[in-house]
Amino acid sequence: MKLLAKILQVGLVTEDLAAGPTTPAAAGAQAGGRPLDLAAEVRAQALRRFGRAIGIRQVDAGSCNGCEIEIGGLTGPVYDLERFGLHVVASPRHADLLLVTGPVTRNMLVPLRKTWEATPDPKLVVAVGDCAHDCGVFAGSYAIAGRVQDVIPVDAVVLGCPPAPADILRGILAALGREGATRR
Amino acid sequence: MFDTAGIAVEAGQALLALALAPALAGFIRWMKARMQNRRGAPFWQPYAELRKLFRKDMVVSRHASWIFHLAPFVIFGSTVVVSLLVPVLVTPLPFNAVADLFAVVYLLLLATVFLALAGLDTGSAFGGMGSSREMTIAAISEPAIALAILSLALAAGSTNLGEIAARTIARPSSAISPGHVLAFVALFIVMLAETGRLPVDNPSTHLELTMIHEAMILEYSGPYLALVEWASWLKLLVFLTLAGNLFVPWGLATSLAPSALAVAFLSTVLKLVVLAAAVAVLETRVAKLRLFRVPELLAVSFVLGLLAVASSFSVR
Amino acid sequence: MSADVVRASFWLMCCGFLSAAAGVFSPAPRIARALTAAGGIIGGAAAVWLSALVLAGPFGFRLEIPQVLAAAGGLAFHLDRLGAIFLAVIGAVTVPVSIYGFGYAAAYDGRYSARWIALQTGVFLLSMCLVVCAASVLTFVLAWELMAVTSWLLVITEHDRPDTVRGGLWYLAMTHMSLAALLAAFFLLGRHGTTAWTFDALRAGARSLPPGTRNAVFILALIGFGSKAGLIPVHVWLPRAHPAAPSHVSALMSAVMVKLGVYGLLRVGLDLLGGGPAWWGVVLVAAGASTALTGVLYALVDDDLKRLLAYSTIENVGLITLGAGAGFLFLSLAQPAAAAVAFSAALLHVVNHAAFKGALFLGAGSVLHATGVRDINRLGGLVKRAPWTAATFLVGSLSIAALPPFNGFASEWLLFQSFLPGVASSRASIAVLLTLGVGALALSGGLAAATFVKAFGISFLAMPRSAEAADAHEAGWAMRTGMAILALACPVLAVLTVPVLSAISGALAGVGGLPAASTTFSLGVVLETPQALGRVSPVAIMAVLAAVSAGVWLAIRLVSRGRRRVDDTWGCGRIGQTSRMEYTSTAFAEPLRRIFGELYRPTDDLTVTVQPGSPYHIRAITFRTQLHPWFERGVYDPLVRATHAAASRVRALQSGSINAYLAYIVLVLVVLLGMVIGF
Repeated sequence: MKLLAKILQVGLVTEDLAAGPTTPAAAGAQAGGRPLDLAAEVRAQALRRFGRAIGIRQVDAGSCNGCEIEIGGLTGPVYDLERFGLHVVASPRHADLLLVTGPVTRNMLVPLRKTWEATPDPKLVVAVGDCAHDCGVFAGSYAIAGRVQDVIPVDAVVLGCPPAPADILRGILAALGREGATRR
Repeated sequence: MFDTAGIAVEAGQALLALALAPALAGFIRWMKARMQNRRGAPFWQPYAELRKLFRKDMVVSRHASWIFHLAPFVIFGSTVVVSLLVPVLVTPLPFNAVADLFAVVYLLLLATVFLALAGLDTGSAFGGMGSSREMTIAAISEPAIALAILSLALAAGSTNLGEIAARTIARPSSAISPGHVLAFVALFIVMLAETGRLPVDNPSTHLELTMIHEAMILEYSGPYLALVEWASWLKLLVFLTLAGNLFVPWGLATSLAPSALAVAFLSTVLKLVVLAAAVAVLETRVAKLRLFRVPELLAVSFVLGLLAVASSFSVR
Repeated sequence: MSADVVRASFWLMCCGFLSAAAGVFSPAPRIARALTAAGGIIGGAAAVWLSALVLAGPFGFRLEIPQVLAAAGGLAFHLDRLGAIFLAVIGAVTVPVSIYGFGYAAAYDGRYSARWIALQTGVFLLSMCLVVCAASVLTFVLAWELMAVTSWLLVITEHDRPDTVRGGLWYLAMTHMSLAALLAAFFLLGRHGTTAWTFDALRAGARSLPPGTRNAVFILALIGFGSKAGLIPVHVWLPRAHPAAPSHVSALMSAVMVKLGVYGLLRVGLDLLGGGPAWWGVVLVAAGASTALTGVLYALVDDDLKRLLAYSTIENVGLITLGAGAGFLFLSLAQPAAAAVAFSAALLHVVNHAAFKGALFLGAGSVLHATGVRDINRLGGLVKRAPWTAATFLVGSLSIAALPPFNGFASEWLLFQSFLPGVASSRASIAVLLTLGVGALALSGGLAAATFVKAFGISFLAMPRSAEAADAHEAGWAMRTGMAILALACPVLAVLTVPVLSAISGALAGVGGLPAASTTFSLGVVLETPQALGRVSPVAIMAVLAAVSAGVWLAIRLVSRGRRRVDDTWGCGRIGQTSRMEYTSTAFAEPLRRIFGELYRPTDDLTVTVQPGSPYHIRAITFRTQLHPWFERGVYDPLVRATHAAASRVRALQSGSINAYLAYIVLVLVVLLGMVIGF
């Protein structure tokens, strides 16, 4: 009973998603980390038609887990990605969108590729963080095999180290063509 | 039994159950989200998921055999057949001659067995683990279900679904008799185990080691996944309908008059909403049980069923 | 349909089996095999024809041969409707098994003598049929012993394997123990006031027996026939002998021979004695429930495919006994109609079990033939390499798990329904017993489903776990035909449940204290118990299920525009998916093994080998777990040890000295003379 009383007392804490970037580094958040070619545009269009129900599979390609902690906040009550129809899935077979973090280390090169291949079409890839974009602070390390876009085609990039949860959410929605969404 | 009006009613009922099932699952999810103080997806979100899944491509494992391809259809088909036998709006149903409670249980077991086989078919360790756990829980929940059915059948004199509903309507005082209440609680616990809700199985977990039902469907994608998910929502609806319409059958239409059907629809939806809310509150309140504590829970259900049977023939 | 036709079909049946036995004279193994198969097919078909004639027509079949063994009363045969049901099962299973045996025994050419196998098979089949036709104690016992000896010889066909010979020894010992019990039972039954030792005379004389004698006869018959059927705790030969035998012989033994134990129990308990006090039913219900649960629990954790099937046979015999026990109970409580339903359920399960267990054993035999491996943990991937075998095994597994479109569902449903009136209308103690019986029935059904998901799923699906499984091939045409017949029999029996049940209830009418009018079970395609307590339609379920599934499949094909791509199994992106990553049979059953740990009490042995030089670097970990069934640990091991100890003591008599032996002879002669003179 005390739990139910507490639930009622706290109420809804979900915040509306603001329209613009919250961190200076996130000013570079854009839909399209590379020139969108026709096939990618078709994929993105197909997923935009699905619109309201997207499964997200997060892949850690060697990150320091800073981005993961920010992504973890997305499933919480404040950012609540479920209200936008997004949900996190365990198996790439159930996924429509891959959320990739980290510079791609040598050990994660094949697993990242296999995860992408295990995902059915149409699919999108959103790279989160500076490491996913250009290896960030780990650039040039002996353990790095390349950037995410060297391994799998990337549709959107969210810059930041780490980017704020609101930026990540905006980046995902931008990849889906729902830039203006704030509440649902 | 086989006239056109009867077939129309039955088909209509199956379609209604299919149409309501995603909304029911979505409603439970929405309620749990609200109890987690977040906005959550609207209750019609599962429809969007189904729409998407039916148009996606499929990726199939190279080790899968025809069992993998057959299973979603058997699972979906047997759950739909169950929805033809359960009184959703009308009692007695046109097919009531063959609407037996044991047939319902064994049809659901057929779906479970095929899902378990599909989990083993791709050779993945997660699938095998899910199959093993699912069959364990299915096996141990069988005696609990059997005793709950037995106590209902003793009160009604038959395991026929229409008879059971009719007997309770005819004698309203039996609805609050101890045997009835005990059987309801026993059936509710078994329902949690069979439909994969907390505290037996977490339907929204991402950790494979905590999965039972989800582990078996990790390899399914596209339309197959849509069928399997829809079937599991339909199974939830069937169980909640049984719990509602067998134990509290008032509101069920006894004729095909439009007014009776409208009342029946409203009452069934109301019962489903109440039961779904109860499930959502329970899921928020309790933590998932360790796998080897689940037999204890099902043993509790078995004992409650035994008490229900005992009370029904000691009252006589 | 005159009596001559009936008699002719009996002689045709005997000739068929004897011609199979005549294979002992054939010059080449292939001819011997062909003769065995042909004789089996003719004899089996004639047996089915004979039983159909007896069931349909007003004639029973009677035959007396007083010239044979005239001093002991001669042979007498009488096939009534109850026996006809069992004869139909024997014949119907013999035909596909004979076809299968032609192909399977080809592997024995050159290693074991096909001629002796032909002789043994022919006589075995003939003796089984004669058991159900027997109408006098002499005929029955003769046929029974002949059946036991020939089946023992068949079990030890592969006599170069020590396990086989040991299993055969257990079988031989226990079947003779059961024979002793049977002889005692018949002796007690006929000792007073019978002029002849025919069943008719025994039936007439049984009415005037004192209750103590009747109880003793029942107990002895229970031990004797129960051992043949496989009731706990006198079942221990079953999991040893059935796996050791050649697979088609195992199929015959499991599907047919153990049912003769049930036949004997019904013949003596129900027909000759006419039922008894309530505790008979209670004992049978308790024995049946514990047998069913123990059988399925040990099947669940077994990794040997054929031993798993043997334990599953034990489980099903337990279910049949559960139904029969309920029948005896209802008879003693003056509810003959409910008793008829219970016995009908038991007999329906006899028929259904013969079909699906036969299919399962033939499938297992095909797996053994293809891979040489019986350990489930080393199989896998056979669904692609041996599709017919896989389909047969799947149909058998779904049927034995009592799942709706197949025949097991109807008999399990009827067993449940037969308990219902008893719980409703009996004293509280009986009602609690029957409720627990329902619980045991449900639990064994659920565990059987889990067992066969394991057996089929691990053996046939995913990837092969050993080189032998990877090289498996499909069986030849003979084996495939035999398997296909039994696999098809399962859905066909499901559709024909109502006619089969009518035949069974007709067979039970008037037997013992059952009502003379046969119970009606049907309204067309709907299976309905009398008093309309329950109604189900296996046919309707099958039809609607097929229609809905096909409709959905069609809809998906039309609506869905997605393409299909083939990829590796998802393994978290791991490089490479091998069979080492699959679930094993031991792993699959592990949760249930833990849950029922108090019953199993496995002995686990964990050995950790470390690298020399550092105790923290592990080289290998070996885990060995062994299950020793509790009845063997508690009952049979001490018994065997005591026997060995006694034998060692008695060995002291064999001193090797001629003088001592002469002294023994003189001593025994003196004692015998004293006894003769004294009386």
